[in-house]
Amino acid sequence: MKTWNNKAWFMVLPVLALVAFSAVIPLMTVVNYSVQDTFGNNVFFWAGTEWFEEVLASDRFWAAMGRNLAFSAIILAIEVPLGIFIALNMPRRGWGVPVCLVFMALPLLIPFNVVGTIWQVFGRIDIGLLGRGLYALGLDYNYVNDPIDAWVTIILMDVWHWTSLVVLLCYAGLVSIPDAYYQAAKIDGASRWAVFRYIQLPKMHRVLLIAILLRFMDSFMIYTEPFVLTGGGPGNTTTFLSIDLVKLAIGEFNLGEAAAMSIIYFLIILLMSWVFYTVMTNYGTEKG
Amino acid sequence: MAAGKNSTAAADTIAMRRTTAAAAVGEAQAEIGQTMLRRGRQSRFWWLVPTIYILFLMLPIYWLINMSFKTNTEILNTFSLWPENPTLRNYRVIFTDPAWYSGYINSIIYVVMNTVISVAAALPAAYAFSRYRFLGDKHLFFWLLTNRMAPPAVFALPFFQLYSAFGLIDTHIAVALAHCLFNVPLAVWILEGFMSGVPKEIDETAYIDGYSFPRFFVKIFMPLIASGIGVAAFFCFMFSWVELLLARTLTTTAAKPIAATMTRTVSASGLDWGVLAAAGVLTIIPGALVIWFVRNYIAKGFALGRV
Repeated sequence: MKTWNNKAWFMVLPVLALVAFSAVIPLMTVVNYSVQDTFGNNVFFWAGTEWFEEVLASDRFWAAMGRNLAFSAIILAIEVPLGIFIALNMPRRGWGVPVCLVFMALPLLIPFNVVGTIWQVFGRIDIGLLGRGLYALGLDYNYVNDPIDAWVTIILMDVWHWTSLVVLLCYAGLVSIPDAYYQAAKIDGASRWAVFRYIQLPKMHRVLLIAILLRFMDSFMIYTEPFVLTGGGPGNTTTFLSIDLVKLAIGEFNLGEAAAMSIIYFLIILLMSWVFYTVMTNYGTEKG
Repeated sequence: MAAGKNSTAAADTIAMRRTTAAAAVGEAQAEIGQTMLRRGRQSRFWWLVPTIYILFLMLPIYWLINMSFKTNTEILNTFSLWPENPTLRNYRVIFTDPAWYSGYINSIIYVVMNTVISVAAALPAAYAFSRYRFLGDKHLFFWLLTNRMAPPAVFALPFFQLYSAFGLIDTHIAVALAHCLFNVPLAVWILEGFMSGVPKEIDETAYIDGYSFPRFFVKIFMPLIASGIGVAAFFCFMFSWVELLLARTLTTTAAKPIAATMTRTVSASGLDWGVLAAAGVLTIIPGALVIWFVRNYIAKGFALGRV
């Protein structure tokens, strides 16, 4: 049992100061901009909820939101089953384990923009292996001009980049199952499906939930990889929320609207974080 | 251990109940010997799936490495699966041109600064969260998490203005502090996970033995969670290394990270593909070098110490 001690606040103080500087002050700036308007010269006046109404009424925001949600849904639908499938087929003992872990984790540790660069190079029809390969197969593939090809490439890139996270988390859940469970199942003559459904899936339940939430949140704020690969194009077909936000704030310097959009964006993430937190902290009390 | 015993007991009961299948049990037991080697039920071709997946992962990386050893003429004019005239020219360009190699130095400086700041600040905080209850602790813990989940795009502009006001733009410390936004919460969460695994009795014994808190923390507690500190430092390093949006927004020339140098080359016309590929390969190396040491903790780190 933890003891009640308010002096512990002193230990948290450095973290608090640091995060206050890097999170609270910037966030206050955003809030400030979102309720004000300016005609330049640093003269601001109160605008109330105008910016929020504008953002919520703009087609551009909802289009970016729609693309982002579609993207998250597609990559979750591919990465989660694929990740489980690969985790189930990973070796449990022997030299294969570290080899698999090291190779599979490698894409996770590559800088985001290099991931974009790798796929940009890989997919190009003039110099890329993928582009040349598909071209040789007679497919009219060009991610620079064709929206569908651009989407396929971005999704493939994300699957390449992040499926390993799902694999590693599921694998961590799987190795915690004692062999005796499998022996019991074997004696009972349980089918492969029954083993998965009643032994492996319940054990993976929690890590899977963490994996899904992490993947959802990270894909919801994806910026660098599609920015490097397609720059949001062709047209606006791969402009996700983050790309649109940076365009609005730094490209067009439309501070009020960008700030209002930031806050709406942040509130959605906040809601998801709360779900995540509940999952993370409540599980221990349920069953270890 | 307890779970293992329980389930063995469960297996026993099931086996006993099925007395009619006693013969089958014997058979199964013989088979278990073999399956123990790998897992419950798996076909002979289990290795096919990881192999294909790893090939899929390695193919784009191979292509990048392949390109980094080619000349631009070979890249653009011929299509070859391996470099026909291997050249180190691309790497030579990077190691001799200050515009390129200073990018690496800048990245490493702010990444190391960030790792040190994050872990140093997170250590006492994580101890507080793992050992004590205090006013607002749960809210605080949750609030930290929201910062890890915050989209960097939301913070890009306010950061730029905040650091301009302090005259910190284009300094390494600016990027290091900005990356604390997501790395401090990460370090606190990971360390808290490791610290909670250390029994509280150790603290109490040390106090009875007359250790002061700082002495206990450094001499006894920190060695106990050394692997946790290593993992937290590794993940701070990694997430700071891979982040580009904030690093690029806050720097112009003096502290420009390698990642941003690369983007600039991409957007300019007349691309030097070979050098771009070589620069990409060099950014993968830090991760590839340390991955072996943290291979068993990767899942834990990405799940914020909660696996």
